[in-house]
Amino acid sequence: MRLNHQPNIADPDGFYEELITSQRDLSDEQAELMNAKLVLILANQIGDRATLTEALQLARPRSRQA
Amino acid sequence: MLNTYSYPEFPYRQSPEQKNGVVRRHPVVVIGAGPIGLTAALDLSARGLPVVVLDDNNTVSVGSRAVCYAKRPLEIWNRLGVARPMVERGVSWKVGKVFFRDQLAYSFDLLPEPQHRMPAMINLQQYYLEEELVAACTRRANVDLRWKHKLLNLTQDNDCARLTVETRDGVFHMEADWVVACDGANSDTRRMVGAEFTGQFFQDRFLIADVVMKAAFPTERWFWFDPPFHPNQSVLLHKQADSVWRIDFQLGWDADPEEEKKPEKVIPRIQAMLGDKAEFELEWVSVYQFACRRIKEFRAGRVLFAGDAAHQVSPFGARGANTGVQDIDNLAWKLALVHSGAAPIELLDTYHEERAFAADDNLKNSTRSTDFITPKSRSSRRYRDAVLELAETEVFARPLVNSGRLSTPTPYLESSLNTPDASAFAGQMKPGTHCADAPMNRKGQSGWLLEQLGEGFTILTVGEPPRHQTIRVGGVAARLLRVGVDIDDSEGVITTRYDLQPGTTYLIRPDQHVAARWRSFDADKIAAALRHSLGMSIETALEPACA
Ligand SMILES: Cc1cc2nc3c(=O)[nH]c(=O)nc-3n(C[C@H](O)[C@H](O)[C@H](O)COP(=O)(O)OP(=O)(O)OC[C@H]3O[C@@H](n4cnc5c(N)ncnc54)[C@H](O)[C@@H]3O)c2cc1C
Repeated sequence: MRLNHQPNIADPDGFYEELITSQRDLSDEQAELMNAKLVLILANQIGDRATLTEALQLARPRSRQA
Repeated sequence: MLNTYSYPEFPYRQSPEQKNGVVRRHPVVVIGAGPIGLTAALDLSARGLPVVVLDDNNTVSVGSRAVCYAKRPLEIWNRLGVARPMVERGVSWKVGKVFFRDQLAYSFDLLPEPQHRMPAMINLQQYYLEEELVAACTRRANVDLRWKHKLLNLTQDNDCARLTVETRDGVFHMEADWVVACDGANSDTRRMVGAEFTGQFFQDRFLIADVVMKAAFPTERWFWFDPPFHPNQSVLLHKQADSVWRIDFQLGWDADPEEEKKPEKVIPRIQAMLGDKAEFELEWVSVYQFACRRIKEFRAGRVLFAGDAAHQVSPFGARGANTGVQDIDNLAWKLALVHSGAAPIELLDTYHEERAFAADDNLKNSTRSTDFITPKSRSSRRYRDAVLELAETEVFARPLVNSGRLSTPTPYLESSLNTPDASAFAGQMKPGTHCADAPMNRKGQSGWLLEQLGEGFTILTVGEPPRHQTIRVGGVAARLLRVGVDIDDSEGVITTRYDLQPGTTYLIRPDQHVAARWRSFDADKIAAALRHSLGMSIETALEPACA
């Protein structure tokens, strides 16, 4: 498996809206915890270690990339 | 405080060499009679070397220290004939519970792999363990245990090591061909040879409490993250022998250890943790501080470092003694062969190669546990809490929970003593891994494979080899063990674990590790692999002898 760099989410606007509203009533702290859970849930869905490593690298701040 | 255990006092005896004022040369002197030094004495003496052990004290480990011993060290102690009483006295837990704040996050069953002679682990107080080791050393004619002998100084040259030793009768001198330094985390020997002892600097403190429960309490391992009775820290509860329970409170670096140790502080905390109904008595309290580091070189000339003298890890995952025993497993056969001249001195350098690799692996594992248990940043704490919250309902999150992993051996996959596979093999074993145990049958008697491997090199093969011969390199002969002839794979487990087919042949080292393996029996290849695992050049002449 390779990281999918192509658009893959059906209904992008709808998904984005759902993502934002899902945290609307949360404190920053709760939102952080929710984000952490979400990362873990999605990472488990992917499972493949190489793909996860690739995703981690992609997500790192650009200026700090080695 | 302690009342379930009374400490033995081993007798000091003045040695004839001190009395007579003659400097004697010894093949091996072991410094320190902790679990590692005592294991070294047993292993080296079993391999024919007379051993002198010096210890500056005259009893076993005081207070509450190591609790948990894993399968591989138990297998090593079984090879040395001391495991049985440990396993009989030790307790095994199966059910573990993980608590997060005031909730049970989940519980689990260890489900150890069946069909091994030794259990996956036992819990036993370190003083009981050392008692057995001392008793076994005392039974050996060629182990000379010298209590109340403190090493004061050590110098060495090409010829030997010179030791200055102090007893109540004064100071005397000894010489040794080899010194095995097992004098613990604050090793004096390490300082005497000027060895570097650094590593990832990480510090924490633990409050160790032993309590005696007055009523039945489940034999389970309980681990709390951030509990109400000890916020922001972790707590571990473990069962030991004799209704003694061990509790480890993580204190962090800022807590005042003297304050935390006071019974009026400790007892209410334990009460809160065990519940109002639990009745207990405090047996032992101490504060323990650790750092993660290892010695740069495990060998300094004629001095070989093992156990805590060579490496220190965090107590998460119970690795200290477990890994130290494996140091000795690795060292003893090499030292015996080098001392007898059957193997070149290069073989001893592979002790550093293999065990420094294992020490680094242990440090990595204990650092991973520590980073989970004590998150170092806001975002790593979020992830830790997220894992624990998810683990309540989601099984997928549970393998991410790291409250210390059971210590398992580090395979020497990259070792220069290995001969790489030329054919495909299924299963977990590879050149450099320790041999898996399995049930077997010998002359109608059921038993265990590891107990059939003996002290030296073994050639495990399926069926009758083409030409019956002893494979020998210089003074070292490999013993043949034929599956289907000498032993029967009664339950088919050897075949599975070793991926056996007709002709499959393993060359097994004296420390029960795989040196090489093939799909057919080829005497030349076996001899070459044997030479290779003795640290000799593969090009030297080959001389197979007839049996
Ligand atoms: C709280 C705690 C929990 C632990 N839990 C576990 C666990 O569950 N499982 C595990 O495997 N490990 C555990 N460990 C680690 C384990 O206790 C050590 O790794 C183990 O004791 C190391 O054995 P050793 O023989 O190398 O050193 P030690 O046990 O420290 O023995 C060193 C010996 O050398 C002697 N000595 C020192 N200097 C001299 C000198 N100059 N001359 C002569 N003799 C000298 C000392 O008197 C001592 O007897 C734990 C440790 C602690 C503190």
